[in-house]
Parts: sequence; structure tokens; C-alpha cells
Amino acid sequence: MITAQAAGPFFRWDWVGRNLGAIWDRVVEHLTLTAIAIGIGLVIAMGLSLVALRWRRTYAPITWVTGILYTIPSLALFALLVPFTGLSTLTAEIGLVSYTLLILIRNIVAGIDGVSPEVREAAVGMGYTRRRLFFEIELPLAMPVIVAGIRIAAVTVIGLVTVTSIIGQGGLGFFILRGLNSFFWTQIIVGVALSVLLAVIIDLLLAGGERALTPWARRRGAG
Amino acid sequence: MSDSPMIRLDAVTKVFPGTDHPAVDRLTLEVAEGEVVVLVGPSGCGKTTTLKMINRLIEPTSGTITVAGADVTAVPAPELRRSIGYVIQQIGLFPHRTIADNIATVPRLLGWERPRIEARIDELIDLADLDPAMRDRYPSELSGGQRQRVGVARALAADPPVLLMDEPFGAVDPIVRARLQDELLDLQARLRKTIVLVTHDVDEAIKLGDRVAILNVGGVLEQYAPPAEILRSPADAFVEGFLGSDRGIKRLSLIAVRDATLVEGPIVDAAATAAEAGAAMAQHGLDWFGIRRGGLVVGWAAGSDLDGGAAPADLEPRPFATALGPDDSLRDALDAVITSHSRVAPVFDGARYLGMLTIEEISREIVQ
Repeated sequence: MITAQAAGPFFRWDWVGRNLGAIWDRVVEHLTLTAIAIGIGLVIAMGLSLVALRWRRTYAPITWVTGILYTIPSLALFALLVPFTGLSTLTAEIGLVSYTLLILIRNIVAGIDGVSPEVREAAVGMGYTRRRLFFEIELPLAMPVIVAGIRIAAVTVIGLVTVTSIIGQGGLGFFILRGLNSFFWTQIIVGVALSVLLAVIIDLLLAGGERALTPWARRRGAG
Repeated sequence: MSDSPMIRLDAVTKVFPGTDHPAVDRLTLEVAEGEVVVLVGPSGCGKTTTLKMINRLIEPTSGTITVAGADVTAVPAPELRRSIGYVIQQIGLFPHRTIADNIATVPRLLGWERPRIEARIDELIDLADLDPAMRDRYPSELSGGQRQRVGVARALAADPPVLLMDEPFGAVDPIVRARLQDELLDLQARLRKTIVLVTHDVDEAIKLGDRVAILNVGGVLEQYAPPAEILRSPADAFVEGFLGSDRGIKRLSLIAVRDATLVEGPIVDAAATAAEAGAAMAQHGLDWFGIRRGGLVVGWAAGSDLDGGAAPADLEPRPFATALGPDDSLRDALDAVITSHSRVAPVFDGARYLGMLTIEEISREIVQ
């Protein structure tokens, strides 16, 4: 590394200029991997949360299993999957999705549990069916907590996507890996800086989205 | 009672799983159309359980319940509940919906057309005496009393014939509570709904109920009668104890001042002489007299005001500190009477003087 630094300027803007197209492609790839992981993660987490909410006893085993998935080191998980699913997007997504589940399930269940019993009683007493109660009352009221979970999951996944570069995926992780292999600092910095920037931007966008979706949570007044 | 009651509970029993004793035990109760029935009793008497069995939030272990002649189990529970208004203590407004949308809850569940819903929201905002500017506010922006009104408006939205209210005024302060109770009575005078209301407050039961059902622990019905009758002749020692030792005073809240016998009182014309004023005071055994001027009783003067040889015409009438109206209850009147040093209170209908209410008259009403 010391050699690499001595070989030229620490950060080479000319490299960035010549590779704008490739950088943009990796940004798009990074976002795509993240969006698919969050999307699929949400669908699976919602399904498992419904099971946990309906049959309370399943909640502990569900968090247990997703908790184990969450604690497996990411590098090890991808290495384990390669013999089965190869160096593919599928391998990357299986890993990424499994890291979102615990966070999303915990927040969905906590969000729904946080709906006050009197709101639920009033709704049922006025003739809400179980399904409409969930979609029209419980889910909207749980939204701030659920979005908080999505924000944590998204930031986690954006970081993890860089690790998938070792199985030929990786979005911006591609530059980090290449830079490390060739002691080329500019690539490492571009990869790291842009993935941090993506995480911050996505987090802010989700926060803004939540504010727009829950105008009622902001207004407080007349006691 | 009418031949076909609006609500009928027939030998309804509820035993909760894991308990030996029933929460409600073979309760039979009829509620006539347009009647307000208050279920009252100590905690554990099954009053809320009874209420919730009517809209099937709790299913009875045995017995049948009919509403408007139909068994409540004849239709799916959600459908039944849309036809019955429901108000709970904590109100349970939906925090994520505006006041208008909260009120529109049941009409939406029933699939009404948008214009019909909008028109109904306007009607209810008016009916519940809410500021139309509240339409687009969220529940968190309202005061407790306003939320309670919205809760009642929401329950009335689809114009259900039956309204169930579970301690509806339990969460507001006493002043707001009294006002909301008056508003409910006003509303009921116009709408004639069949209302079943649960409370643990005997005074609220007496004030609101056409009939009061007093329940004992284990869901045993001790007495079911109009409040005046319950106060006059409690069925047993439990009811007597539950009503409290101030049963006589509670009865006063059911009698209006207009129904009491008033005395004319020591009222003299402004042009009267000091001797005439003295005679009027002596006749009533009082040390003051009222002054009438131009047909209206304008105030009073003390007997001692005449000591220096003054005539009533020379005196500046003092305003009455307390004055009652014909719609006040004798319970309100009692307070006015005992706080006046001469134990009487003047009664006015607007500016018109009706007479004096005495402590003797009030005590006669208690004994009656």
C-alpha cells in the first residue's frame, strides 16, 4: 500500500473522469440489489409477522431463526451459498434478504402491537372485519415504526452490498475490491464514499416519505 | 313497556374460561324502544360484559339476545356491529384519520356513496355542536370534551336505532362531564334512540336513565326500575347501600324547581311604607324584604335599612346573590337555599319573579 501511495497522487480525479459511465452503472447496480433485497425482505417479513401476530407462540421461534441469520458473518454466508446457487445475483439476494428479516419483523410486530387497545376495540365494535382492521387501521398506525425498521434495514443492506463483490456482484463494492487488489486508492475511496452517500440519501428519502405518509403523527395541539 | 322491546336479554349467562363463577348470571332484561337504560354496579358486576354481549364483542355462554326482534347471532358479528352505535370511555378515535374521516367510519364500512357520506358528516358536525373548522383536524388536536363529542357523532353516523355507551364520560373532568351529560339528554330528546349506557357512577345513572338496572357482583340483577322508584323504595339492602346514605338528596336531582311549591315571600312595592314592609317581614319571619318596581322584583333590602326612618322607596335594592330558574333541580336549589342565611332562594323565569323556595319545601319533597 505504501508503494501504491508513492506511485502517484493519492486521489486521481482523472480516473474518476474517465470512468464516470462505469461508476454510474455500479451505482445503479448497488441500488437495484438494495431495492430487491428490501422489497423481497418486506414481503417475507410481512408474511412472517402476520403469522407471529396471529399465532403468538410462533413469534419466539421466528425471531430466533431470523436472529441466527442476522448473526452469521456475511462473508461466511455467501461462501456457504456459492456451492448451491453459484456466483449469482440470487446468491447475493439470499444473503441480503436474510439480513433484513429480523429488523423488519421486529418493527412490524412492535408497530402493530403499539396500536392502542381502545382504537382496536372501537374499530371492532363499529364493525371492522379482521382484514380491514389490519390494512386500514393497524398498518397505517404502525407505519412510523415500520418505516424506522425499513430505514435501518436499507442502511444495513447498502453496506452489505459491497461485500457481495467477492461473489462477482457488489455494486460499488466492485471498486473497493478492485482497489484493494491493486492498491489503487482512488477506486477504494470512490467505492466507500459513494456507498456511504447512498446510505445517507436513501435514509433521508425514507424519512421524508414517512413524514409525507403520516401527517397525523406530527400535529399536536390543544390538550 | 312496549310489547316488543328493542333489546331483549333472555337468561344470558357468561362464564369466562378459567373461572368458576359466572360474570353474568342468567340475566333477563328488556329495553324498550327510545329508552335510556343505565347499567350500574360495583366493579365485577358484569355491566360492561353485559353491554359487550349485545354487540357480540363478548359471546354469551348461554341465553339469547335479540335486537329489534332478531337474534344477534343471525348475522355475522361485523355486520351486526355496523347497525349498533358504540361509544367507549377512551373514545378510541382513529389518530391517523381526520375528524371528518373518523365520523365517516361506519358509512364507509357500509359502502355509502361519497356525496351521501359528505352530507352526513356535515349533519353530524352540526348535531354534535362541533366547529366545522374541525373537519380536517386530527384527534390529537382536540380537547377531551371535543373528542368525546366526535366519538358520539361517529357512533350516530349511520343513524343506528341502538346506541351502546361504555362509561362514555369516565375520562373527562367533572365540569365537562356534566355538560356532556346534558348534551346527551338534549340529543336524546331529539333523536329518541334506544340507549344502553354503562357507568359506575350512581349520580350519572340517576341523571341519564329512564330506567336503571342495578347489578351486583356476578351479574345479578338487584333492581330494574325508573330512578325515582329506586330512590324511593330500594329493592334490598344491597341497592340501599349502593345508593349511599344521601338517597333523599339524590332524589332531589330528579325534581325540577317548577314542580315544587313556592311561597310568595315578603315582596313589597317600592311605593310601600316602612310599616307595610315590616308587616311583610314579620309574616314570613324574615329580616329582609324584596322590592318590586314596575312589576319586576328588582332586589332586596334588609329590615335594618329602614331603621333611620327611611321608606322602601329611598332604598337602593341589593341584587339577589343566588337566584334559581324553573329548570334547576331541587338538588341545585338545596345548595342555594342552605347557603343563604335566611334559608330561602328566589326563583325567576328570566326576569319574571315566580316566588321563593324554602328549606321546608325541599325537605317536604325529600320525605314525600
